[in-house]
Amino acid sequence: MKYMNLSITEIHEKLKNGEVTSEELISESLELTHIVQEKCNAFVTIFDDAKKENDTDSLLSGIPYGIKDNYSTKGALTTGSSNTLRDYIPFFDATAVSKLSSLGAIPVNKTAMDEFGLGGTGTTGATGVQRNPWDLTRMCAGSSSGSAAAVAAGVYPYALGSDTGDSIRKPAAFCGIVGYKPTYGMISRYGLFPFASSLDHCGVLTRYVRDAAIVVDAIKGIDEADMTSWDSSHIHLNDDLNADVSGKKLFYIKELCDLANYQNATEELKAHLNNFHETLKICKNLGMQVDEVSIDPKLIRAIPSVYQVISCAEATSNLSNLTGLIFGPRGEGDNYLEMMKDHRTKGFSPLIKRRLVIGSYVLQTQNQERYFKNAQRARRLIVDAIKEQFKKYDAMVSPVSTGPAKLLDGSVDMLNEDTLALEDQLQIGNFGGFPSITIPNGFINDLPVGINITGECFEDQKVLNIAYALESSMDYKGQIAPLIGGDK
Amino acid sequence: MGKYNVTIGLEMHCEVSKTASKVFSNAKNEYTDIANSNISPYDMGFPGVLPVVNKEAVRMSLMMGEILNCHPPKYMYFERKNYYYPDMPKNYQITQNPPEECAGMGGYIDIEREDGSTFRVDIDNIHLEEDSARMTHLYDTSIIDYNRAAVPLLELVTGPCLHSAEDAVAFLEYIRAIYQYCGISEADSKKGQVRCDVNISISEDDTLGTKVEMKNVNSFSGVHDAIVYEVKRQSELKDAGRYDEVEQETRRWDEETGTTIRMRSKVDAIDYKYFVEPNIPKFKITEEWLEKIRKSIPELPYERKAKYMTNYSLSAYDAGILIKDINIASYFENCINLGCDPKIVANWITGNILGYVYKNDIEIQNLFVTPERLTIILSSMAKGDISSKQAKELFSMVLEREEEPKEIMKKEGMQQISDDTTITSVIIEVLDENKEQITDYKNGKTNMFDYFVGQVMKKTRGQANPVKVKEILTNELANR
Repeated sequence: MKYMNLSITEIHEKLKNGEVTSEELISESLELTHIVQEKCNAFVTIFDDAKKENDTDSLLSGIPYGIKDNYSTKGALTTGSSNTLRDYIPFFDATAVSKLSSLGAIPVNKTAMDEFGLGGTGTTGATGVQRNPWDLTRMCAGSSSGSAAAVAAGVYPYALGSDTGDSIRKPAAFCGIVGYKPTYGMISRYGLFPFASSLDHCGVLTRYVRDAAIVVDAIKGIDEADMTSWDSSHIHLNDDLNADVSGKKLFYIKELCDLANYQNATEELKAHLNNFHETLKICKNLGMQVDEVSIDPKLIRAIPSVYQVISCAEATSNLSNLTGLIFGPRGEGDNYLEMMKDHRTKGFSPLIKRRLVIGSYVLQTQNQERYFKNAQRARRLIVDAIKEQFKKYDAMVSPVSTGPAKLLDGSVDMLNEDTLALEDQLQIGNFGGFPSITIPNGFINDLPVGINITGECFEDQKVLNIAYALESSMDYKGQIAPLIGGDK
Repeated sequence: MGKYNVTIGLEMHCEVSKTASKVFSNAKNEYTDIANSNISPYDMGFPGVLPVVNKEAVRMSLMMGEILNCHPPKYMYFERKNYYYPDMPKNYQITQNPPEECAGMGGYIDIEREDGSTFRVDIDNIHLEEDSARMTHLYDTSIIDYNRAAVPLLELVTGPCLHSAEDAVAFLEYIRAIYQYCGISEADSKKGQVRCDVNISISEDDTLGTKVEMKNVNSFSGVHDAIVYEVKRQSELKDAGRYDEVEQETRRWDEETGTTIRMRSKVDAIDYKYFVEPNIPKFKITEEWLEKIRKSIPELPYERKAKYMTNYSLSAYDAGILIKDINIASYFENCINLGCDPKIVANWITGNILGYVYKNDIEIQNLFVTPERLTIILSSMAKGDISSKQAKELFSMVLEREEEPKEIMKKEGMQQISDDTTITSVIIEVLDENKEQITDYKNGKTNMFDYFVGQVMKKTRGQANPVKVKEILTNELANR
């Protein structure tokens, strides 16, 4: 590795002073792409003919990057890792992609994901399982699994991701990198294949907090094609990045972060929570106040089911345009209904089908009040409880997941009733549309783990500054996965 | 309408045709016969598209709410109606879901019948939604035109408050006129811009009978015929003691056979799984905006009708015909602005012109006899250059030949002879040739007078001014 392991600003400098050309960067990135594809199966499409299109003053000009396969890319296969869009080549770019193109950024691949983002493991995509570059026997988590693996393995400094529950922030933690989802609507969702529109966020996976600021600066902004986007022209994340966070007040939720909540805690969980509390000490050393706060445990326990109900309901509707009639492989049958059924039966993975059935069930007139409407009410209560804390605190901190990346062979049961809420708590960020960033904060059994910082809507700068200060006080900044181990 | 109480409720869908773009996409909102030419990725439901609300369409929907005396919404938002059908490529329709807040709720409008009596129609709601693609079903295949997908559509729902086919049509005609007057829609049934669902029940007393819904009735005459048919069908079943066979169901009006055909029963009703559209944030409807909209409501058809009656002394019946279609009213007003006599123009429009327009199934605004050409014909008549009989002939010739009235008058030598000397000389000629008939006339056969007039007309090829002819003829006969 020569350059792709560096930060955006470093690469930009070397491009400017003529040490390296964009062509050399592209070829290095493509070479790494093929290695990571071989080892981790991280990509759906590799742009072997990628080339520099235009030169601009942007920090991103001439630098390769990856696009999650649920961003519509004009003229390039975009499948959302689903067989229902096996050969779909869009004729329009997602807003985020067209913004990057106009700045001269160079996409070199489309990254694999859980089918349409419905899944948190990186194992359900149409092209197979993504393996964690730190340990190929483990998962990346999802759904931005390919993007996380590629950035962690040093294929390029950043890749686009999307986050409906924790789809950027959990894979970032499992792969030892930075995952940032800005406030809802800061980045236009136009061209992002929808999963659950009220929870979907665009975002980015990087190895440096500053890089996350640079990329989001480039792709954010009000978009007349997305009514939920807002004007952030007054926000300059990179320019205003500031590591002086003394006096900032953080809180963490006792019901999630206290080891005493978990009677059957595994060694991993113990180590993870201890590591989290060690990081809080660093926060204090940086001059920040850290308080433990209690939130109604009923609300905390409700998080996973609220997410399940709302996300499945919206997904059922959002994915109903997949019929194979206008685009996607045509199903077989004597009439459109049979053709559509055949298309969907063959196209969707079992996981999606299960979720679509749940979504349909909770939306049915006789069930809607009990499930969907109640989930919406609970969502509001959870968000209000957190917003109440944001009146007093600058940000919430939490450990990501219950430890490091899980084994792919499923030998460790993921669904533990005790730890379910902890596993899923990043969904709070999606419920409220809060800016939320994960950064690496250590290792457990030689595997990276992460910490998350989440703030009030529109306070992205504050959240990034805290992450930036913390990142600078730890040893995990810019780390690259060794791509070792595994049977493949 | 027979011995049973008939109760009718209407759902009138009208496409908004006067916005530049569609309601949720930036494709052009324009009717065209070239299929799939006005479409955007949104209209075909490609992955990653998002709806963007057309503010002008919202303004129009709120204006209709105001005209219909509805409560305006505090917040405007939309809902998804989920169902699978090839005319809806996303397989959900973005609409509003009353009684949840929508463009207008709980209003009324008073309608005037031709005989001058009035009746009140309760408006349950009016809401804004996107239209589906247009499907044409052929023998063994169906074709889809996405031009219509995402065109703004206003659905107006009445209470079960109408009691006859005539009232239902009078209501629909008036609402159509409002759409036209307000510049919201051409409301042209031929372009499929107006479609109705009709709910009908019959009963012996004040309670409501079993409601039968008829879907997609595409013309007002269809609404009339469908009501008459369905009332007869239900009445016959009731007469025969088989009212239990009238089921709460959805039927389709079949224009060709003039019958209704069962589509589905209430128990097979689709569960649309409505939920609030997450991609369109709720937005507040301010009192300031509503006030601005109220002030911008143009003169409505009944206001214009009253004006015609007062200012031009037209009968309620004639004024009612003129205001029914804004294009007819505009035609009328253009003629008046060009200097025509209002009463004469009104007679011409309600008689000759509409007779021709309806018979030939064309639009008055496309008629070759424009207000300018009609004015030339009528002013020639007023000046006495041509007789009223000639004016009618000229009108037909202009339409037939598509030539200017002046050209035809010149070519055909069509002018009225009013000159005394010329008429006198013709009369003398006629009298000289009919000496016996003069004797008969003098002996008391007064009807010979008309014979002489006829002969004069024959010699002048109908161009002699009949009033003058009678006047001079009376004198000349007295002198003999």
